Amino acid sequence: MSYERRGMILLTRKAEFSSAHYYWNDAWTAEENVRVFGKCANKNGHGHNYTLEVTVAGEVDPVSGFVVDLKELKEILEREVVSVYDHRHLNLEVPEFAGRVPTTENIAIAIWERLEGKIPHARLHRVRVYEMPELFADYYGER
Amino acid sequence: METSIPQTAPKAYLSRRYRLSASHRLHSDAFSEEKNRAVYGKCANPYGHGHNYVVEVTLGGRVSPTTGMVCGLGELDRFAQTNLLARFDHMNLNTLAEFRDAVSTTENFTIEVYRIFERFAGAKIERVRIEETSNNSFEYSGRATGEAKLV
Repeated sequence: MSYERRGMILLTRKAEFSSAHYYWNDAWTAEENVRVFGKCANKNGHGHNYTLEVTVAGEVDPVSGFVVDLKELKEILEREVVSVYDHRHLNLEVPEFAGRVPTTENIAIAIWERLEGKIPHARLHRVRVYEMPELFADYYGER
Repeated sequence: METSIPQTAPKAYLSRRYRLSASHRLHSDAFSEEKNRAVYGKCANPYGHGHNYVVEVTLGGRVSPTTGMVCGLGELDRFAQTNLLARFDHMNLNTLAEFRDAVSTTENFTIEVYRIFERFAGAKIERVRIEETSNNSFEYSGRATGEAKLV
């Protein structure tokens, strides 16, 4: 996470999607799921308006003055994330959550995995997912 | 909630925002009245004033493969209710023990909140950010010197 090279810029693009989900671990009893996940364990699901912030790091192109073409970044977010998540049930319709609880943390990690290596001329720096304005998760690709 | 999270699990950061309203007055006994007025301006007015603070806490940790979480949100909210909101909401900061020997600036408030969340057992506090107004915010990452850890 160090940017000693001259001209390194962090650039952030937002996108929004609205999705349904619930929290459930099949390895546990119903009582255990309710104890750990509370009202999020309602298997009929509930939903949120998510806000996604994708931050990329890169050097400014001397000709275009861009780090990345924002229109291209917008299209990548639309294709890789929004078109898959928006107005969908994350547990039932998005493959990475078949075996993974769709918490805000796991959504941020899954979006990182969807975007990694797909943004030309820049490096993925941070994925931030707001489940609501008062709750958000950040992932920097750390393992 | 869980004791064994594999070392290969991804590390993420969870941030939660809490709101509290409190009064304070910026005044240092080490300064003369004139000096207090010069340094703190209208914040030194004798009867105090108040803010709607937004306290944003960021916790870091490996995401549990079974819960998908850095820490339990209920556990975090209960901790914040007891140790942050019940202690500071609708209080005069200057009357509290935490500010007996420290000016109740939002810098000092931010450091105090960081120290409080260091006692939270569910995950490691990484950063506290407090918005005093929509124009002023303060961050502390527990470091004496150097740049903030998170960008």
